[in-house]
Amino acid sequence: MKNLGLRALLVAAILIVGLLCLIPTFTSTSLPGLSNVLPEKIHLGLDLQGGIYLALEVEADKAVETAGERFVEEIKDALRAKKIAFTKVARTGAWDIDVVLPSGEQLNEFNETLKSDFPRLKPATAETTPEGTKVVLTMDQKEINDLRKMAVEQGLETIRNRIDQFGVTEPDIRPEAGDRILVQLPGIKNPQEAVNLIGKTAVLEFKLVAQNVTDQDIRDNKLPPGVKLYPMRPSDRNNQEAKIPLEDKTVLTGQYITDARVEIGGRSFGEVQIALNFDPQGGKLFERLTSDNVGRRLAIVLDGVVYSDPVIKERIPNGRAVITGSYTDEEAKVLAIALRTGRLPAPVKILEERTVGPALGADSIKKGVLASAIGGLGIILFMMVYYRFSGVIADLALAMNILLILAIMALIGATLTLPGIAGIALTIGIAVDANVLIYERIREELRLGKTPRAAIDTGYQRATITIMDANVTSAIAALVLYGFGTGPVRGFAVTLFFGLAANMFTAIFVTRIIFDYLLSERRVKELSI
Amino acid sequence: MQLIRPDININFVGLRYRAFMLSGTIIILGLLVLLMRGGLRMGVDFAGGTLIQARFNKATSPDEIRNALQGTISHAFVQQVGARGDNEYLVRTDAIHEELGSLSNRIEDELNRAYGPGQQVLRVEMVGPKVGHDLRQKALHAIFYAFLFIAVYISWRFEFKLSAGLIMLFVMGLGIYLLDALGLNAVYLIGGALIVTFVLCWFLQLPYALGALLSLVHDILITIGIFALFDKEFSLEVFAALLTLSGYSLNDTIIVYDRIRENRNKDKKIKFSDMINGAINQTLSRTVLTSMTVFFVILCLFVLGGSVIHDFSFAMLIGVVTGSYSSVFVASPILIAYEDLKKKKAPRAVSRRAAVQGGDARPAGRRTAAQAGDAQPTAARHAAAQPGDAQPAVKGPAVDSGEPKPARSPKKTKKRSAGQLARQK
Repeated sequence: MKNLGLRALLVAAILIVGLLCLIPTFTSTSLPGLSNVLPEKIHLGLDLQGGIYLALEVEADKAVETAGERFVEEIKDALRAKKIAFTKVARTGAWDIDVVLPSGEQLNEFNETLKSDFPRLKPATAETTPEGTKVVLTMDQKEINDLRKMAVEQGLETIRNRIDQFGVTEPDIRPEAGDRILVQLPGIKNPQEAVNLIGKTAVLEFKLVAQNVTDQDIRDNKLPPGVKLYPMRPSDRNNQEAKIPLEDKTVLTGQYITDARVEIGGRSFGEVQIALNFDPQGGKLFERLTSDNVGRRLAIVLDGVVYSDPVIKERIPNGRAVITGSYTDEEAKVLAIALRTGRLPAPVKILEERTVGPALGADSIKKGVLASAIGGLGIILFMMVYYRFSGVIADLALAMNILLILAIMALIGATLTLPGIAGIALTIGIAVDANVLIYERIREELRLGKTPRAAIDTGYQRATITIMDANVTSAIAALVLYGFGTGPVRGFAVTLFFGLAANMFTAIFVTRIIFDYLLSERRVKELSI
Repeated sequence: MQLIRPDININFVGLRYRAFMLSGTIIILGLLVLLMRGGLRMGVDFAGGTLIQARFNKATSPDEIRNALQGTISHAFVQQVGARGDNEYLVRTDAIHEELGSLSNRIEDELNRAYGPGQQVLRVEMVGPKVGHDLRQKALHAIFYAFLFIAVYISWRFEFKLSAGLIMLFVMGLGIYLLDALGLNAVYLIGGALIVTFVLCWFLQLPYALGALLSLVHDILITIGIFALFDKEFSLEVFAALLTLSGYSLNDTIIVYDRIRENRNKDKKIKFSDMINGAINQTLSRTVLTSMTVFFVILCLFVLGGSVIHDFSFAMLIGVVTGSYSSVFVASPILIAYEDLKKKKAPRAVSRRAAVQGGDARPAGRRTAAQAGDAQPTAARHAAAQPGDAQPAVKGPAVDSGEPKPARSPKKTKKRSAGQLARQK
C-alpha cells in the first residue's frame, strides 16, 4: 500500500493538533505553559452570547453647521467690539458666511480683524451690492475635514466613555468609513439602557475639587455637604476605581470652549500641553473663576467622569489657557477631545441595531447544538445500518470532520454564530454525501464482480472528482456569502467553507487509509459495505 | 441494506412533461401571489424597520398585541413563533428609532403596561434605511457574483472546453466592469447576466451548462414561490440559504451528468432518452441518499433549532428537495430538448461539436450498424480533429475541436483509431 504508514501518521498528527486547538474551548482549567501556544477558545457571536451590535453615524455635517453658527456669533461680537458696522452676518449654505457691511469704508478694518481673530475663515469674494459691501467667507476644505474628523473622534470618545461605565468585558468600538462607528457589546445585561445612554448629548462641565477631604473621610462616607464623589477616567495611572470628591456645583460649562488642542513641544521634557480657548463670554467667566481659586484644582468632567484635575496656577484673563501635565500622548489627546465635546457636540444617529438578550442567546446555543447533535446522531446510525462497517468508517471521518472545523475556527479566531451552527449541521449532512458517493460506486463495482481492492480503487477514483465538484460549487457560494454578508451570515459562510474543505480531507483521504489498512494488513476478504 | 434496488428502472424521461407542469404550477402560483402582494415580504434587513421578539408570561394573540401597541406603532405585523406554550411573538413594524429614542424601549413599556410587568423582550433588530439599502445592494451583488462564478465553473468543468470557460469568464468580467462603470441597478445586471449566459450557452453549444444553470434558476424560483405562498419573511439569513442551495443544488445535477457522460462514452447505440433514463436510474440511489442525509439534518434544525433560524431551515429544506428534483426533471430533460432541437435544426450537418471526453451531441437517428466498437473521442482533442472522422453516412465519433466540418467525401472511410481513452472518473 502506498505509504500507508506515512499517511496514517499525517492523519494522526492532524488529529492531535486539532484536539489541542480545542482544549481551551472545552475546558476551563488553564494549563500554564500551554495557554501561550494554544489558540483562544472559540469566540461566540452576539447572537449566541447575548449583547448589542450598533452601527452609528456621526452627523458630522451638523457639527460643521454648528461650527458655522458659532462663527457667526463670534464675528458679530468681534465686529461690535471693534466698532465695525455691519448690516448682516449670516450663514448660507453648508459652510459659507455672508457678511454685509453698509459701505466699503471699513472693509480694510474688517479684513484686518478677520486675519487676526479668525484665521480659519477666508474671504472668498468681496463685492459691492445695493445693500452694501458683501463679503462671503468660507472655511477652507482642510478646516472642514478637520472638523468632521474631530466630530467623529468626539463621538467615539463619548461613546467609549459611556460604555466604560457599563463594565462590559470586551467592548468593541471602532470607527468605520463614512463617519460611522461600530459598537459591539457582548454579554451586556441591560442592552436598552446602553443604547439610550449612547445617544444622549455629551455634557462637559468644570467643577472644583473639594478641599480638606481626606481619604479617611471618603472611606467613612463622611463628605461635607455639597460634595460628591465622582469617578475618574480609568487610565494606566489610576486604578480602576479611583474616585475624587468634587464640589457638586458646576462652575463653568463646556459650551464656551472654542478650541482645545494638544500642543507639541511642552515647556519641559516629559510634559504635554493642551491649549484651551474660550469665547469672549466664557473668557470672562473663566477669568473670574481662576482669579478666585488660584491654587485649587479644577476638575474637567465629561458626562460625570473626571478626565483631569489640573491646578489653577494663576488668574487667566483672556480666555486662553494652557493645561500642562505629565500626561501621556494618549491621555492628552483624549482630554483635548473631551474638552472640545462640550463645544461642538456631534449628534449620533443609530443606523442599525441588533440586540439579543442573554436568555435568547443561551437558548439558541442549546437548541442549535441539540438539533445538530440529533441530526448527526441520525446520520451516524443510518450510515452504520446502511453501509455496515464501512458506515462506521464514514462516521469516524464525520467525527474528525467536525473536530477539524472547530479546531480551524479556534485557530483563526473565527466567531461562531447561530447560522454558523446551522452551517455545521449542514456540513454533517454534506459530509456523508461524499462517502455515499464512494460507497455506492463501490457497491456497483462489486456487483459487476470486481474484487474488493479493485472495487475500492475504482470507487474512489470515480467518485473523487464528483465530490470535488460538489464541494467546490458549495464553496463558491460560501465564499460569496462571506464577501457580501455581515455578522451572523458570515459565521455561516465560515463554518460551511471549512466544513467543505475539511470534508475533502476526511471523507476521501482518511477513509481510504482505513480501507487500505483493512485490505492489506488485515487481509479482509469481503467488504462490509 | 438497499433502499433502492440496483435494477430499478423508472421512466423519468417519460414523466418529464408532468414534472414541467408541476414545477410550472408552483412557480406560476408563486409569481401570482408575489404580484398580488406586491413582492416578497422583506425582512427588516432589506426593507428597514424594527423587529422585536417578545416572550409573554401569559397566553395572548396577535390581535391583542397589536391593540396593545396601538399607541406606539400604527402598523404592526405580529406573528407567533416557536412552540405554542412559549408565548413568543414577533412584532414587525416599519417604524424605526427616531434618532436615539429607543423604539424598542417604548414597545417594551407599552407591553408591560398592557400585560403587566415581566414581559421579556428577547431580541431587537432595527435597521435604518441607509443600512437597509446597503444590505440590498450587497445581496444583489452577491447573487451576481455567485452566478458568475458558478457559470464560469460549470462551463469549464462540464464541457471541458477551456475555451468555453474562458469565454464565459471574459463575458462575465465584462459584466462586472459594466456593473461598476455604469452603476446600473444590480437587478438589471442580474437579468442581463442570466440572458447573456443562456444565449452564450446556446451558441457555444454547452448543453450541460445550460441544463445545470436552468435547473439552478428553477430551484430558486420554486423556493421564492413557496416562500411567497407561505407568506414567509425574506431576511438576510434566508438569502444566505438561497445562495447556499444554489451551490448545493448543482451537486445532484453533477452526479447525474457525470453518469450520463460516462454512459455516453460507453455505448453510442442507445437512443438518447433511453440513455438518460438509464443514467438517472443508475444514480438514483446516490441522489436520493445524499439528499436524504442533508434533508434529515436540516429537518432537525427546522423542528428543534428554535425560532431564530426557523425560516432559514425552511428555505434550505425546500432547496434540498428541489435540488434533487431539478437534476432529474429539469436538467436532464433539457439535454433531451437540446438534442431534439439540434436534430431539427441541422439534419444534415455531419460533425457536431462535442465535449472532449464527454458525451457527443449526435443526431440520434443517424447511426448505422457499423458503430459497434467505435472509437471514442480521444482524450487529446486535437488528435481526433483529423479528416476522416467526419463522415456523412457512417456516423463516426464526432470531432470535438469545434469546427463543424461538412466533409462529405465517402472515401474518408479510413480505419478509425481503435484505441479508446476514456477519462478517469
